Amino acid sequence: MSISIEEIKKPENIVYRKPALLTDNVMHYCPGCSHGTVHKLVAEVIEEMGIQDKTIGVCPVGCSVFAYNYIDIDWQEAAHGRAPALATATKRLCPDKYVFTYQGDGDLASIGTAEIIHACGRGENIVVIFINNGIYGMTGGQMAPTTLIGMKTATTPYGRDPKLNGFPLVIADMLAHLDGTAYITRQSVHTAPAARKAKSAIRKAFEYSQKGIGLSFVEIVSTCNSGWKMSPVDANKWMVEHMFAKYPIGDIKDVLNDK
Amino acid sequence: MAEKILMKGNEAIAISAIRNGVDGYFGYPITPQSEVMETLMKEKPWETTGMVVLQAESETSSINMVYGGASCGKKVMTSSSSPGVSLMCEGISYMAGAELPCVVVDVMRGGPGLGTIQPSQSDYNQIVKGGGHGDYHNIVIAPASAQDMYDFVDWGFELAFKYRNPVVVLADGIIGQMMEKVEMHPMKPRRTDKEILETAPWATTGKPSTRERNIITSLSLDADIQERFNRKLKDKYRIIEETEVKYSEYMTEDAEYLFVAFGCSSRICEAVVDELRADGIKAGLLRPITLYPFPKDEIARLGRQVKSMMSVELNLGQMVEDVRLAVNGTCPVYFYGRQGGNIYTPEEIVAEFRKANGMA
Repeated sequence: MSISIEEIKKPENIVYRKPALLTDNVMHYCPGCSHGTVHKLVAEVIEEMGIQDKTIGVCPVGCSVFAYNYIDIDWQEAAHGRAPALATATKRLCPDKYVFTYQGDGDLASIGTAEIIHACGRGENIVVIFINNGIYGMTGGQMAPTTLIGMKTATTPYGRDPKLNGFPLVIADMLAHLDGTAYITRQSVHTAPAARKAKSAIRKAFEYSQKGIGLSFVEIVSTCNSGWKMSPVDANKWMVEHMFAKYPIGDIKDVLNDK
Repeated sequence: MAEKILMKGNEAIAISAIRNGVDGYFGYPITPQSEVMETLMKEKPWETTGMVVLQAESETSSINMVYGGASCGKKVMTSSSSPGVSLMCEGISYMAGAELPCVVVDVMRGGPGLGTIQPSQSDYNQIVKGGGHGDYHNIVIAPASAQDMYDFVDWGFELAFKYRNPVVVLADGIIGQMMEKVEMHPMKPRRTDKEILETAPWATTGKPSTRERNIITSLSLDADIQERFNRKLKDKYRIIEETEVKYSEYMTEDAEYLFVAFGCSSRICEAVVDELRADGIKAGLLRPITLYPFPKDEIARLGRQVKSMMSVELNLGQMVEDVRLAVNGTCPVYFYGRQGGNIYTPEEIVAEFRKANGMA
């Protein structure tokens, strides 16, 4: 006797479900891209904290420009790199709200360096989710400030050469030096345990943002298998071997727990 | 009787913002308008009205803070001067595209480039024709006194929210720095959260389960959707052009010669008209108070009445092009201007007027 689909869908059998705050819109992200997983984690955290009506997201220019199509909260879409400026004003004018930016490495670490550094310097009580995949995704795989030495991109076809292209920016470590930051961590989402840790970090960042202790910054070292021209599985392997060496996973600063 | 206080035009902007219930000011220091933020910081409005005042790291950032605040339905503003406003034009374009209300005060100085710190009107084209990329208009209002600086903050927000559009108060170094008596109107409170929900239902105030999520964006990747939006903007601009034109006239009723001048230049041209009238020459003055929408119908009407017009501007001749378009060849339109931060005297303008009209 076979079990019907309806049998399987009984509530007591459900071990996993899509967060209610993720919309049914078909995501435009490539298969294997980390954005989908991080979106899900952000949606879960907002849902579990029960703060949908108190959360305002600011999305960047880049692949995640359309984050507003996928997470069911109020959103502002910023000009390239300017999300922390929007979030600054939003949080200062609406201090009871949870305000976060969601930015890629082209947006945050290149054109938006002034905005992120000064938001950190002022100790704005916002959350920044930083997707670092070492490349510009949406514009077609060009070099980002975070591109590793030797890494081939559309604008470094022979590999990033420090003499020609300079060195990668390790943004999270730079920001940790600033007195206005409360929590700086680097995570990844390539395995289930990694995603669980990343979710805990995102939740902590959201909680810290209401404590008036400064900016919380969650970097997610990510894959861009399309831009890297690899299969999703190979991209994960390459990320672990190469990206983690330059961008090691773990907490960098936590003002409430550092000794 | 309302209280009158002697103050600079720049100070009037700051005091007016506090007294008219502005929620936030985000700025960056630049001459000749730094007194705006200095006055706000000295007044500490966050302790009285709850107004937020913040010094940003750049004009790029301050206009984007304005974008964030406006997205929340708040009355937010910034001020700057020419080079700083150039940096803001990206953000102003985004705000026009996202249909966000805001007030930007531009206290113009000489350019191009770093230019001078003295008064100028050389950013007429930049601000009146848009400034940033894309098909859009700012609503542009041009103060000619410290009292105007005070009054135009509130008027600017009224227009900005009525049309969900950026409003630029286009002043110059004279209006910003000159001290005059300013009449204080009764204080207006900041809007409550409830009032914001009612007046700005589109704002990002946090999504309750009772409505769809609000998204503030200027992006559409679909050409047809973008074109529909462009046409929607055009409809809005048409209504603005039909409804919001404002100008003042001085001795135009029987005028045979017309001066057209805005801002500080209109104050100087009033003296020019008096001087010519004393000599028996029937001169008049039209001062556009809104530069966009431009008072083209009234200028066209006067074009059929007068023998000639002269546009007087502190630049190389920018508004004169709009005057000529309005007049459409019905009378000669002359131009006289000074540049670089230099300012004309009434006598200088009278001499240029006589020369242009063959009266020398």
